Amino acid sequence: MYVLYAIVSLTLLGLVLGLALGIAGKYLKVESSPLVDELEAMLPGSQCGQCGFLGCRPAAEALAEGNAPATICPPGGSTLAEQIAALLGLDLDLSAVKEPELLVARVSEATCTGCTRCFKVCPTDAIVGAPKQIHAVVADACIGCKKCVEVCPTECLQMHPIEITLRNWRWAKPTINPAGNALC
Amino acid sequence: MLSFFTKARIRGGVHAEEHKAITATQAIVTGFPLPKTLYIPLQQHVGKPAEPLIRVGEQVLKGQLLAYSQGLISAPVHAPSSGVILDVNDYPAPHPSALPIRMIVLETDGKDQWLELPAVADPFQLAPEDISLRVGAAGIVGLGGATFPTAVKLNMGRENHIDTLIINGAECEPYLSCDDRLMQERSDQIIDGVRLMLHGMETGQAIVAIEDNKPQAFNAMLASAQAYPKITVIQIPTRYPMGWDRQLIGYVTGREVPVGSRSSEVGVTIHNVGTAYATHKAIRYGQPLVSRVLTVSGGAVGRPMNVEVPLGTLISEVFDFCGVDARQTARIIMGGPMMGDALPHTGLPTVKATSGLLALTASELKDTDEQPCIRCASCVSVCPAGLRPLDMANNIRVNQLDAAVDIGLKDCISCGCCSYICPSNIPLVQYFKYASGEVAARQQAQHKSEQTKRLMEARNTRLERIAEKQREEEQARIAAKLERERLKAEQEASV
Repeated sequence: MYVLYAIVSLTLLGLVLGLALGIAGKYLKVESSPLVDELEAMLPGSQCGQCGFLGCRPAAEALAEGNAPATICPPGGSTLAEQIAALLGLDLDLSAVKEPELLVARVSEATCTGCTRCFKVCPTDAIVGAPKQIHAVVADACIGCKKCVEVCPTECLQMHPIEITLRNWRWAKPTINPAGNALC
Repeated sequence: MLSFFTKARIRGGVHAEEHKAITATQAIVTGFPLPKTLYIPLQQHVGKPAEPLIRVGEQVLKGQLLAYSQGLISAPVHAPSSGVILDVNDYPAPHPSALPIRMIVLETDGKDQWLELPAVADPFQLAPEDISLRVGAAGIVGLGGATFPTAVKLNMGRENHIDTLIINGAECEPYLSCDDRLMQERSDQIIDGVRLMLHGMETGQAIVAIEDNKPQAFNAMLASAQAYPKITVIQIPTRYPMGWDRQLIGYVTGREVPVGSRSSEVGVTIHNVGTAYATHKAIRYGQPLVSRVLTVSGGAVGRPMNVEVPLGTLISEVFDFCGVDARQTARIIMGGPMMGDALPHTGLPTVKATSGLLALTASELKDTDEQPCIRCASCVSVCPAGLRPLDMANNIRVNQLDAAVDIGLKDCISCGCCSYICPSNIPLVQYFKYASGEVAARQQAQHKSEQTKRLMEARNTRLERIAEKQREEEQARIAAKLERERLKAEQEASV
């Protein structure tokens, strides 16, 4: 008799809990890992593919799984690497990180034909112009993705390093003396 | 014993060799030969650059407005002499990088003819707002070196109900003695400027604080201020950086300015003695700020002196006048040796902020051979802001800027005490300046990436909207076509 009770009660319990889990799995479903979302939000989002992944989302997934180093994103530079390392609690070796060279696109007015191809591909609407009018780049909005350079038929769009003015001039980091003595 | 506890103590600081006597004992030289060309930067102040309103080729008189101030925090620029405008273009700035900034180039005609100036008979009849308006229109900025527009400070003083105005006569930087000479020779005018400032700020009392290594300046100021009970003149200890606003407020009033807030929050405003003198000239005679007294000193200077030069004079001309030996000059500094900027060459103009020009010989410079840190903590004991320079430098060296910010990088005032005292010659201040710039750059980059995301989202929604519209039009077209075919079929059927 006791055996029957045990079998019935455990079967019922199993069914009820299984049902509850099934319902919870269906209605409380998490679309994706919140960590991946957070990482994706930190990445630049221009899907440039320089990390070797297909875009920022796959890179964020690899980071969350621990398959990629914090220094994965070249355009993000050391700033982003530090943020990622802080979020994931990783040790960081910044010695290999190259600061991204900041470039902006510029239209050479002599060769621009006003074909409008460049501003159709610009992801941030940084190029302004109209058909058969010379186009211009809004330097503050340009992210240096080079998509316009690829489509320009006359090669009038070229990347230039950002001009250093008093507004963005910074003190250089002191160089360590050649004797190689540590500071402390 | 009790006074030991109640007396405000001075935190940190150093006492460097003064090198002041050679210039402080001679009268201010006023006969500086008028330069042929003046280079007048449009930005000689904190805030937005002034906007030029003259044309190339235009004839201007001394004191004429060349560029007007734009925005809340800005200052106008006036012609330092009469002549013709040659150019408005980019020329090297008096800055360590010597990068170009916009300047007005003025060819002087030698007449040095003043514009007709609106003198005021009794300025104390003017409304306080009027005082700050006139000070603003005269292009006066803080002449101690901070170059914050004075009119803004006067307005803030009135709005925040400041109870004490401190006049900064500390001049704690070595070599510099222009404020000292100004106080010795023109104390009546300075005190008049202080009274006008009090009137403009509607403030009850002013304290003129002078370091005790300038007894003559102190006596002259004391004598001039005697008739005015609102103004007290006091002596303060000689210790760099006594002229730092927080240090001065702490010592003079016993109040401590909280981190991240302004001195007006404790009811105090500070102006430099030079600014008070410029205010006197602006209100009494309507003269805008077109010249300033600066100290030319250093081992390579043949005739060190305090000299009044028109703003925009090239440093090379000042150095020629003072007999600077270019071969002996190892470093050119604008400002004092502690906080001043090392300039790459002398083809740069003097500006409102130029309190001194130093041509130092190699023997006056500090040995730059960097040694390992021995953790002597000298830098900790001299830091007037109460920071730990050695730890901050260590963090910055390994690029952990956030850690440096956590232990107070943003409170560093770059006074240079730590670098001065360091027995291992570690360029501590340069680390902090580098890190501060880098932190600012990162904030800008962060801002830009947020901006980029917003722009991308805006573009995506727009593209979606266009696609949606096209889809609707396509459907409408198909529907119309079907309708036409149906009608056609009906017509054919009826026929």
